[in-house]
Amino acid sequence: MLRVVACIDGSQAAPAVCDYAAWASKHMETPMMLLHVLDEERYPAEPDLAGNIGLGSREQLLEDLAELDRKRAKLALEHGHHMLDEAQKRVTEAGIGEVIQRQRHGDLTESLLALENQTRLLVMGLHGESSSDRDTHVGSQLETVIRSMHRPILLVPDEYTEPRSAMLAFDGSATAFKGVELLAGSPVLKGMPLHLVMVGPDTNDRWEQLRKAEKMLAGLESEITLAIRAGDVEPALHAYQEEQDIDILVMGAYGHSRIRQFLVGSTTTRMLETARKPLVVLR
Amino acid sequence: MVNSLKANWLSNIRGDVLAGIVVALALIPEAIAFSIIAGVDPKVGLYASFCIAVIIAFVGGRPGMISAATAAMAVLMVTLVKEHGLQYLLAATLLTGVLQVIAGYLKLGSLMRFVSRSVVTGFVNALAILIFMAQLPELTNVTWHVYAMTAAGLGIIYLFPLVPVVGKVLPSPLVCIVVLTAVAVVTGLDIRTVGDMGDLPDTLPVFLWPDVPLNLETLMIILPYSIPLAIVGLLESMMTATIVDDLTDTTSDRNRECKGQGIANIGSGLIGGMAGCAMIGQSIINVKSGGRTRLSTLTAGVFLLIMVLLLDNVLVQIPMAALVAVMIMVSIGTFSWDSIRNLRKHPLSTNIVMLVTVVVVVATHNLAFGVLAGVLLAALFFANKVGHYMLVTSELDETTDTRTYRVVGQVFFSSSEKFMESFDFKEAVDNVVIDLSRAHFWDITAVGALDKAVIKFRREGSEVEVIGLNEASATIVDRFGVHDKPDAVDQLMGH
Repeated sequence: MLRVVACIDGSQAAPAVCDYAAWASKHMETPMMLLHVLDEERYPAEPDLAGNIGLGSREQLLEDLAELDRKRAKLALEHGHHMLDEAQKRVTEAGIGEVIQRQRHGDLTESLLALENQTRLLVMGLHGESSSDRDTHVGSQLETVIRSMHRPILLVPDEYTEPRSAMLAFDGSATAFKGVELLAGSPVLKGMPLHLVMVGPDTNDRWEQLRKAEKMLAGLESEITLAIRAGDVEPALHAYQEEQDIDILVMGAYGHSRIRQFLVGSTTTRMLETARKPLVVLR
Repeated sequence: MVNSLKANWLSNIRGDVLAGIVVALALIPEAIAFSIIAGVDPKVGLYASFCIAVIIAFVGGRPGMISAATAAMAVLMVTLVKEHGLQYLLAATLLTGVLQVIAGYLKLGSLMRFVSRSVVTGFVNALAILIFMAQLPELTNVTWHVYAMTAAGLGIIYLFPLVPVVGKVLPSPLVCIVVLTAVAVVTGLDIRTVGDMGDLPDTLPVFLWPDVPLNLETLMIILPYSIPLAIVGLLESMMTATIVDDLTDTTSDRNRECKGQGIANIGSGLIGGMAGCAMIGQSIINVKSGGRTRLSTLTAGVFLLIMVLLLDNVLVQIPMAALVAVMIMVSIGTFSWDSIRNLRKHPLSTNIVMLVTVVVVVATHNLAFGVLAGVLLAALFFANKVGHYMLVTSELDETTDTRTYRVVGQVFFSSSEKFMESFDFKEAVDNVVIDLSRAHFWDITAVGALDKAVIKFRREGSEVEVIGLNEASATIVDRFGVHDKPDAVDQLMGH
């Protein structure tokens, strides 16, 4: 069964993640899953530098390390239970009936991939537990998750506001049309004012592509606005978003390889860094 | 890319660097000692340890595992060095590396699943005994001073960590070496030192191609050494990887480790080092000291070389007794103490497998033979045990004068004789029914036995009917796999 998966952790974004996930779950008529991943550092704090090994050293060491891990894991597990219970209370109050809780050990990306075939939409905070300076830092694992998941991801800021309008960053590529198709088939933006925005020179070709996309979205019964803006992608999109007071930005992510990104940087990464409003990334 | 770099190298910097230094300090005496076992200059082992540790840090499949020149490999080279010299050893090291890389590409790492736990324990114990036995020449025909030094060394190693504060920050094997060297220098005792055993490195290692003729004859000389070296190297590396996996509760990439060991040995052979592999004792020390990532292995290798180059004047003065004490510690630490305690708890067959592995290794000085013997024996015991899971019941229907035999369980080479004995060929009946629908025929021996039984009944004048042969013989097909078809389990177990 497909679910809206909300990633809960100890970060400030957790309540907002719950709220946005509840909102998405309601509009998509899809049950929710609250997920907490126990991604623990396992390194013992006190190394023993004596450098000697005696009879039974290995057995003793295994016992000690296992005991240490057990204590930590138990605490983390309990902590996670509390967070999940808190989250469940919140979404139940928001009127979501069907919620399940899941806890998994291990790396966040790996855990999400393991749940990928049960995921319809993934909801995550833009800022993670470890990025305390929330104005500048994007969650440390966000990029890896976006690059490896093949499901839409809703990235949310630390505060919830009910989404009322949405815009789609459109570049006329095959991937962008796929994104449009996906939106057309999803009830989540139904009836909401929708903006299709392209960045680049104002040409007839581009208007044509926009109109084609508009036609595909006719089924949503939304009021659709088309626009083309000049300039660099990231500032232009944000400027448009602010100007029109748009709540959700939908975009494709990481169209280029890591090597290109290393050399010229990535629009997606910059978009994530400067986002103040929720983002939906499509891969 | 950045994330994996972080996780593999920089997630535990302080622990890794400290552990790497502790390991390097313990590697120096071992590398010297293992060179002496192999009969080459200490610099051969030291260069090898440096090179293998550094290369494996990058290409290995098990972060946090320490690889260097080892005892298990050294004992295999003794006769090659004695009869043909160092250059042939370097050539054999190269070939060992090539064989291990091939093994990695053939994914032979997964063959480890045939090596049972008792064989691993036997291997580890045998290795400990080999390391200890290699110290005996240093302890025979010597003055009482050497015994006193060795005993004092062991005392320092095990008691020094109990000293408050300093005990936990200074590696006790290092303290042992420093103290004993100081005593030997101050008192001017006439005992053997590292300097008496051969050359130490005085420069950075340089690239050199082994000086051997490249012909078939050379190959025939080195191949009989390279094959066991490659096998033993991979076995010890895989077992050590399992131990580190258990200790750190993480997983390793075995086939990558095979290839990595090969590349490391090729590198070692090209700079004048001997073949090596993963080290059980050092890897335990590394984990105990807080090392977890590739950085600890790299630190160990680099620090080892720096120490050796800076301190070569001091190293030659280290008395052999101090090295012997360190090696006895390694041997004690490698030995699996639990295996002795478990002798009473474990079934006899398991104990026999473990003990046979140990005895064969100690007798042949070749860990590969020991593991082979252990694996064969474990397989035989398993076949024997599973062979008991076969039962034939029968009933006589007097109205039709029919005897029905119902076979349940596993029929294969080990149980086929019992299968034959379960039929009463002397009983005179008109009809015989053999119901195989709950039996599994695993091999041709089982089918042969059934054929024989049918013919025998026919000769006695009975009509024979065999039921369920198709289901029973499905298991004969090689690659009969349950794993990829979930309903096959029911099919296999249910009929």
